[in-house]
Amino acid sequence: MALHRGRGFAAINYPIGMNLGGDPSQALVHSNPGGKFMVALSSIDLGQGMKSVTRQIAAETLGVPVEDVYVDTADSDTGPHCMGSFASRGTHRVGNAVIEAAREARAVMLEAAAEELEVDPGDLVTDGQGNIHVKGAPSRTITTAEACAAAQFRQGRTVSGRGIFLIPLSEVDPETGEQTPVSCFAHAAMIVEVEVDDETGEVAVLEMNSAYELGRALNPKLVEQQLVGGAWMGMSHAAWETTEPYYPDRDHGPIDFNSYLMPGPGDIAPHSIAVLERPAPDGPYGGKGPGEMCANPVLPAVANAVFNAVGVRIDELPITPEKVLRGIRANGGARPQGRP
Amino acid sequence: MARKPLQFQLNGRHQAVFTDDGQNLLDLLRRGVGDLTPKYGCGQGTCGTCTVLIDGEPHLSCLTLAETVDGRQITTTAGLAEGAELHPLQTAFMDNFAAQCGYCTPGMLLAAKALLDRNPSPTREEVVEAISGNICRCTGYEPIINAILDAAGRRNQRRYG
Repeated sequence: MALHRGRGFAAINYPIGMNLGGDPSQALVHSNPGGKFMVALSSIDLGQGMKSVTRQIAAETLGVPVEDVYVDTADSDTGPHCMGSFASRGTHRVGNAVIEAAREARAVMLEAAAEELEVDPGDLVTDGQGNIHVKGAPSRTITTAEACAAAQFRQGRTVSGRGIFLIPLSEVDPETGEQTPVSCFAHAAMIVEVEVDDETGEVAVLEMNSAYELGRALNPKLVEQQLVGGAWMGMSHAAWETTEPYYPDRDHGPIDFNSYLMPGPGDIAPHSIAVLERPAPDGPYGGKGPGEMCANPVLPAVANAVFNAVGVRIDELPITPEKVLRGIRANGGARPQGRP
Repeated sequence: MARKPLQFQLNGRHQAVFTDDGQNLLDLLRRGVGDLTPKYGCGQGTCGTCTVLIDGEPHLSCLTLAETVDGRQITTTAGLAEGAELHPLQTAFMDNFAAQCGYCTPGMLLAAKALLDRNPSPTREEVVEAISGNICRCTGYEPIINAILDAAGRRNQRRYG
């Protein structure tokens, strides 16, 4: 028996959002009695950072501190219409809707402030600290909370805004078959190092190195968190997770967390990540978002690394020991391909 | 079904409750006492998110008969912070982005607390072993391991500082 090292590469162009029937998301923004702002969405935060990123985007657009913004992702009974949190679409689609809604709310807030200060709203700027003042005359100032209170109690305005971002349905051209299903792509490349045991067929992922281009990283720590956690999931899908690993009978398959295999904390591979920021022209402040592509390149990279290690080409996931051993036997032994 | 009186300490406070025959500790804590910090995950002792400390040792509350904790000290995640001041492990989890969906976090925190209480300066391998009974789907474990090591470093700094 021997342990064989292999290295595999994968590159990915990943669509942000989808376009099977048009891809819209809505956002509503309003000031609340506490002088702060609420962003109402139906895009749920599954832990990926939807709330954090939309909060940043709303604060940036409104011109108020991030602490002055709440995000409510309650549910489809209370929020505006949204397609949902999937297809790597959250930051891009919902972020753009939040910008539009926050711009409209900001415009009303500035009109209210202008009336109180007896100036033109076009001469007003926000300082991002909760104040509005006349451009070039910082002493002519009013807080955002005061402006919103004046709108409520004196002027009779609603400081609120509506936003929708819609990628319309792209029909297939009957003549050419052409279509534009996706308008925004993120990119990544990954190199994975594995070790394959030719006696047991086991594959261990030793190291991952990746580069991701996902527009501007609106929250770099959240991006890193997504990429690290997603790569673990990719590794798990590549070499571990299946409901049918046990030859020969389906009844031997896993029925619970005891027998459904996933890599544990002792199985993780060091992962070095380079994030390249190229702001997307149609992204909210240039963001695209990592989303599903955190996991995807790991799978083909591991498959290629296994081929490099023992010469077995596995085209059905996950790459279980049984499949590796069958491949090695069919080849009459391990056939290391050498260092690429 | 017989109901049985039960007394124990929960996060330093005396509790006197009735337990049903066969009730597990997780159910007692969540429905009987109203402490929702231990989570129901698999309900069969494999995911670890229901972990609580009984006399300082981590136990799976879904597999622990409630009546066995009579007279004992139970710690849940609700008992980690002191007033507004978070436990160093909670701060380290935040700083290291060690939670995404957060469902495993209560179990991870308590598994980590049990480790640091008996071994204030664990190696990476010892941290891995301490949380090996806790499943996380989001983070890839790396940020959790880093957070626990970070908290250990802080505790040591505070102790010697």
